[in-house]
Amino acid sequence: MRLLYFAWVRERLGKAEEQVEPPAGIGTVGELMAWLAKRDEQYAYAFENAKVIRAAIDHRHVRADTPIAGANEIAFFPPMTGG
Amino acid sequence: MTTTIRLQREAFDVAAEVERMTNGRTDIGAVVTFTGLCRADENGKPIASLTLEHYPGMAEAEIGRHVEEAYARWPLLGITVIHRHGRLVPGDVIVLVATASSHRDAAFAAASFLMDYLKTHAPFWKQVETVAGATWVEAKASDDAAAERWSASPPRREAAK
Repeated sequence: MRLLYFAWVRERLGKAEEQVEPPAGIGTVGELMAWLAKRDEQYAYAFENAKVIRAAIDHRHVRADTPIAGANEIAFFPPMTGG
Repeated sequence: MTTTIRLQREAFDVAAEVERMTNGRTDIGAVVTFTGLCRADENGKPIASLTLEHYPGMAEAEIGRHVEEAYARWPLLGITVIHRHGRLVPGDVIVLVATASSHRDAAFAAASFLMDYLKTHAPFWKQVETVAGATWVEAKASDDAAAERWSASPPRREAAK
């Protein structure tokens, strides 16, 4: 699946997107974040406060307990500040 | 219904956008516009510029969903939402929300609703440039509270005459 990162999540990771294949057992958005956070120090820093990070699956806002099965594109970003 | 949703880097003419929505129509009795401008300060500190990052594709989709909800809630005759991205300087227009209806109540309410949801749900992020460097603007709890009040009231379209 394709992951996208925005704003300070993108800056902390040093990349705007990547392709990942999470192992079996990573079933929800929250589990995906926890798995990413364990990859290395940069990911740990980006996801250190997972509660504040928002997520979207295929252009729709989702919660941490939303299943990721079937997702094409998952985005992680800080709370929005548009308008 | 005349609906315009645009995300763009370029500046635009607010009056021309309203004209586009109302031109040739005699059923519209009220147009409410909200124009958001780039201020020269953030949290009391002067800023040189404001850069808006957005999520292409989702931003249009999310605004579209809220526009549809506004049409479902109020008897509207037109909605225009234009949001800029990229680098802006103080005095620049950031966003326009314009709503048209036969009467003012629906237009006022829908414009307020759309702005509250744009602030909290549309995937845009502001970064300001100060003498101390570039910093991300933090989301405000007051904006979340403003959006929350709309979820407390059920759709009112059926109740409207």
